[in-house]
Amino acid sequence: MKAQHNHTANKQHRAVRYVYLVTVFSLMLTGFGQMPIFKRYYIADIPGLGWLAQFYVTHYIHYLAAILLLVLVPYMIIDYLILQKKSIRLTTSGYIRGAILTGILVSGLFLVVRNFEGSRFAPAFIIFLDLAHLGLVMTFLIATGYCLARKKQWTVYRQSDSGR
Amino acid sequence: MGQNISRRAFLKGSMATAATLAATTIPGAAAVSKPDEETQLATLLDISKCIGCEACVEACNEVNADKYPQPQKPFPKMYPKRVPVEDWSEKQDVTERLTPYNWLFIQHATVDINGEEKEITIPRRCMHCVNPPCVKLCPWGAAKQLDNGISRIDSDICLGGSKCKKVCPWDIPQRQTGTGLYLDILPSFAGNGVMYKCDRCYNRIAEGELPACIEACPEDVQTIGPREEIIKKAHALVKEINGYIYGEKENGGTNTIYVSPVPFEELNTAIQKGKGKPHLKPVKDTMAQANNLAAAMVLAPVAGIAAAMGKFYKLAKASK
Repeated sequence: MKAQHNHTANKQHRAVRYVYLVTVFSLMLTGFGQMPIFKRYYIADIPGLGWLAQFYVTHYIHYLAAILLLVLVPYMIIDYLILQKKSIRLTTSGYIRGAILTGILVSGLFLVVRNFEGSRFAPAFIIFLDLAHLGLVMTFLIATGYCLARKKQWTVYRQSDSGR
Repeated sequence: MGQNISRRAFLKGSMATAATLAATTIPGAAAVSKPDEETQLATLLDISKCIGCEACVEACNEVNADKYPQPQKPFPKMYPKRVPVEDWSEKQDVTERLTPYNWLFIQHATVDINGEEKEITIPRRCMHCVNPPCVKLCPWGAAKQLDNGISRIDSDICLGGSKCKKVCPWDIPQRQTGTGLYLDILPSFAGNGVMYKCDRCYNRIAEGELPACIEACPEDVQTIGPREEIIKKAHALVKEINGYIYGEKENGGTNTIYVSPVPFEELNTAIQKGKGKPHLKPVKDTMAQANNLAAAMVLAPVAGIAAAMGKFYKLAKASK
């Protein structure tokens, strides 16, 4: 019975992990698509990628992926706090990446509010938001690259469970 | 004009913007769903009055001349080769279309009114949308919307990527290569000048003056005022002349309201359209589609928490 539970839990973790990776990749791709670079540098010329040069399409997909991330993040936090905290712990790199991701989400949500009719953000604050959002994404990319190269995980099993 | 600010000054300015965080407030839900109609200034253009004398075009050019681009030549070599050089500096006297040196032009249409052939002239410039996609989708915040509804492009910050033109339903902003901030960053690889368009004489309005095109018009074609008031006036005029309205609902609403004695479909067919010559077609709200998804963003975390709690409940039930 326990083995079956573990098997189901592993399958769920893997599924959540894949959905997270696809979501973050979509956000990165469509996020960079907000800058007029994909057409300039022939990426939108690759068959099947023409949509990357259509700003309203990338904007819409960016929002859809953001919704998915906003489902995933609270799910993973609650799952960690209620079910996983006893067996696994967040690593330092996990905390750092989590903090950067939080910054990206917060600045992104401010930009969503900015896009509403009647929003009244100061122009200088909007520039700050744009640069902060992009800067944090670049930082997240660098951090992810470093963690991949150094094989640093978001979480590790706690000492007491390491023998499992 | 400080067309070319240094990279250091730009970065310094960007850092300084952090300080504005404290001064900025997040609008409440009511403000977000219902725009402040009272502060947005709109213009009403009664095109039955326009005689196409171009006094507005001349006044616009005269008053805004100091805002026009002063490109540095030769232009930096740009990569890849497909990046177009857009140079209007040798064609500054072109007035039959929108250019970086001409932010307002007169469009001509020959139409049939009660069996009589008549020439209609229409002053065309930026529509100053209520929720302008050029402002909202600019990746650097170079395009700004002022509290009075004016949208303007800051030539000190704009990199000339032309995204504002691509997302504008009327393709209004026009690019001049060889000027602006991109020259101080990576001129060969990113950016391509500065985008220019009507800023509805924001500096004159700030000083309590009228925009030059309104002041110079001998026929009083244009009226400016709070949007709500202007919309009322436009509807009254439509009723009076049995006319048609354009700009009230287009792109979710604009601050440039045209009233015409002939349907705009007819005018749109009759006018010359193309580069720098905007159409008069109906336009759906371009920002609405993505903005409608924002409600789902509020519900998304709730769904995530519910899914995690559901998993916990299922596991708790199974372990009993």
